[in-house]
Amino acid sequence: MVSVLAFTNAANLGTLVVRDRLIESIGGTAPADAKVIDCGGKHLAPGLIDAGVFAADAAACLAGGITRVVLMPDRSPPLDDPALIEFAQRIGKPDVWVHPLAAATRGLLGVELAEIGLCAEAGAVGCATGRAGINDSGVMHRLLQYARGFDLVVVVHAEDDGLTGDAVATEGEFATRMGLPAAPAFAEALRVARDLRLAEATGCKLHIRQVTTAESIGLVRDAKARGVAVTCGVTPAYFLLGEQSVTGYRTFARLSPPLRHDDDRRAVIEGLADGTIDVIASGHDPRTQEDKRLPFADAAPGATGAETLLALALTLTNEGIGREIVLAAMTSAPARIFGLPGGHLTAGAPADLIVYDPGAPWRIDADASVASAGNTPFDGMAVQGRVAMTVKGGDIVWSS
Amino acid sequence: MNATARHADLAAAGVHPFPHRHLLGVAELKPWEALYLLDEAESWIEIGRGREKHDDRLRGLTVINAFFENSTRTLLSFEIAGKRLGADVVNMTVGQSSVKKGETLLDTALTLNAMHPDAIVIRHQAAGAVQLIAEKVDCPVLNAGDGRHEHPTQALLDALTIRRRKGRIEGLTVAICGDILHSRVARSNFQLLGSLGAHVRAVAPPTLIGTDVDRMGVEVFTSMDEGLDGADVVMMLRLQRERMTGGYVPSPREYFHFYGLTAARLAKAKPDVLVMHPGPMNRGVEIDTAVADDIARSAITEQVEMGVAVRMACLDVLTRSRRGVAGW
Repeated sequence: MVSVLAFTNAANLGTLVVRDRLIESIGGTAPADAKVIDCGGKHLAPGLIDAGVFAADAAACLAGGITRVVLMPDRSPPLDDPALIEFAQRIGKPDVWVHPLAAATRGLLGVELAEIGLCAEAGAVGCATGRAGINDSGVMHRLLQYARGFDLVVVVHAEDDGLTGDAVATEGEFATRMGLPAAPAFAEALRVARDLRLAEATGCKLHIRQVTTAESIGLVRDAKARGVAVTCGVTPAYFLLGEQSVTGYRTFARLSPPLRHDDDRRAVIEGLADGTIDVIASGHDPRTQEDKRLPFADAAPGATGAETLLALALTLTNEGIGREIVLAAMTSAPARIFGLPGGHLTAGAPADLIVYDPGAPWRIDADASVASAGNTPFDGMAVQGRVAMTVKGGDIVWSS
Repeated sequence: MNATARHADLAAAGVHPFPHRHLLGVAELKPWEALYLLDEAESWIEIGRGREKHDDRLRGLTVINAFFENSTRTLLSFEIAGKRLGADVVNMTVGQSSVKKGETLLDTALTLNAMHPDAIVIRHQAAGAVQLIAEKVDCPVLNAGDGRHEHPTQALLDALTIRRRKGRIEGLTVAICGDILHSRVARSNFQLLGSLGAHVRAVAPPTLIGTDVDRMGVEVFTSMDEGLDGADVVMMLRLQRERMTGGYVPSPREYFHFYGLTAARLAKAKPDVLVMHPGPMNRGVEIDTAVADDIARSAITEQVEMGVAVRMACLDVLTRSRRGVAGW
């Protein structure tokens, strides 16, 4: 039986009709055979696409309005084999579409190319260097050359390991006072500069998962102007938090890269405003208490974020960035970069939708989180914007 | 046109058919000079197939095969070529590690020269090493492969094989596939087949293509299906073991999946496509056994046979001056 849904009374576009799991029309009237869902004046948007999560945490994704995740290859074992890619695509079913990234190098060790061509045939939407980068410039060069042959986007973590070493903070007065091992912010720019140059030389599509410093954002801006096939992303921590957030050695604010100075935070906002930064992702990385209840330098980096992605991203509207731009960074931009269906409210697109209220106030509460772990640095923060319903492929998979 | 007739035509036009003292690379050969060597090689094919495989025109001459890099088939091919022409052939094989520095190589050249050879065949792992030796010795030097640079007799034997099977070289589309980056065979073939009028394609993963290969007059493809489309000749190259895993390509199975020559993939080429490989083959890595052993389309063993004929021709032509052949 063909299912027909009509989302009526949406504040931004009236009625949206879904037939047989695809969007059929926007702005018309509800067909007689449709099951009507009254949006009650809330907004409709495409389901969010979270570009670069470390866990396909379905409960957190659906509560956060995320219908598709691009899964990082940092798993046990790393996703460096076509069979693992095929398996990874199934782990979100039936709730979330999971689009895995292949490990760029075998075991994510940065030494030997993994079978990224076969992994792409098995469903990988790109390949990634994982939590770490690739130190050896020769390996990185060959990776980009090879990936270009398959028109695969290469997702990189940009920090020069030789400079970062065991650092857990950004070099500066604050880190010195805290007595934390610190690395200069230019450790990121150094790696970004190398990878941009190699991408330019090879013509390969490069996606820098996180750009967090003014200098590296400037490098990306210049590269884009030269026509380099580069895109980049950021997670909310880097436009909302600064290095002071680790005061009291709060390990929930232990992130990789470490939180930056305030001028870098301002540069991230500027980069989002002018389109230099394409993607806002959650970087969802649930960590157990055993990983986080440790001395700061020993704690694992990472934070959850799927549930809070929309609300935290919408804080950018307070900085004068239009809501359309903010939403595009979580929908159409990742869809374009990774070649995914969805990310648009257009006739014929998959019916991945959210109904959300951009003005609904709430307070982030780690204890109330549905994520598989509650390690968020935003615990207690007051935000606005909340998902009321998540629809995946025409099925209502979550509602508040 | 056979060699004698061509020689006569060239002589009438005041052009020497082969004015070179050495054979260091195909880059130095004009098209008619290469064709002259092919014509000469034709005459040696029948002798190789007969019971009496001797000609003895090089009797009393000494040919040294100085191989600084491991080789079995090329060394054997040159040895047989020299012996069929009646020369005293001496093989000198030197381990890869023993001679590497230029100064030592020059000493070796002087030592060889002091033994008064009449031709020296050299293989060396360094590009340009053969030329270095050629500058220091009094006799003709034949390049049997120098690094990634040139392998002229291989290109000539490939051209001869193609010409005999297809009746021509001009206008044919030849796809050279595989490890282009490290291949002297590919470099020599790009130049020789291109100069003889073939449309030459380079087909390889981007990591194994090499920079600016298109400037050598070849069309570059990173997709096998596109690169093989409509090809008259498909020449596969060997993927060396150390490049199979992780370094340049992820694995042998991924390489075979995307770049291995299978019957299905070969269907993109012309129905009468000729399959070639300089050997030794990695079956199941760059070529499927069914394709390699397809006697209707594979010319791989014929290439070996043509190798001896081409090397006989080269040794004959390059020693004519020393032997006092009229007009040389």
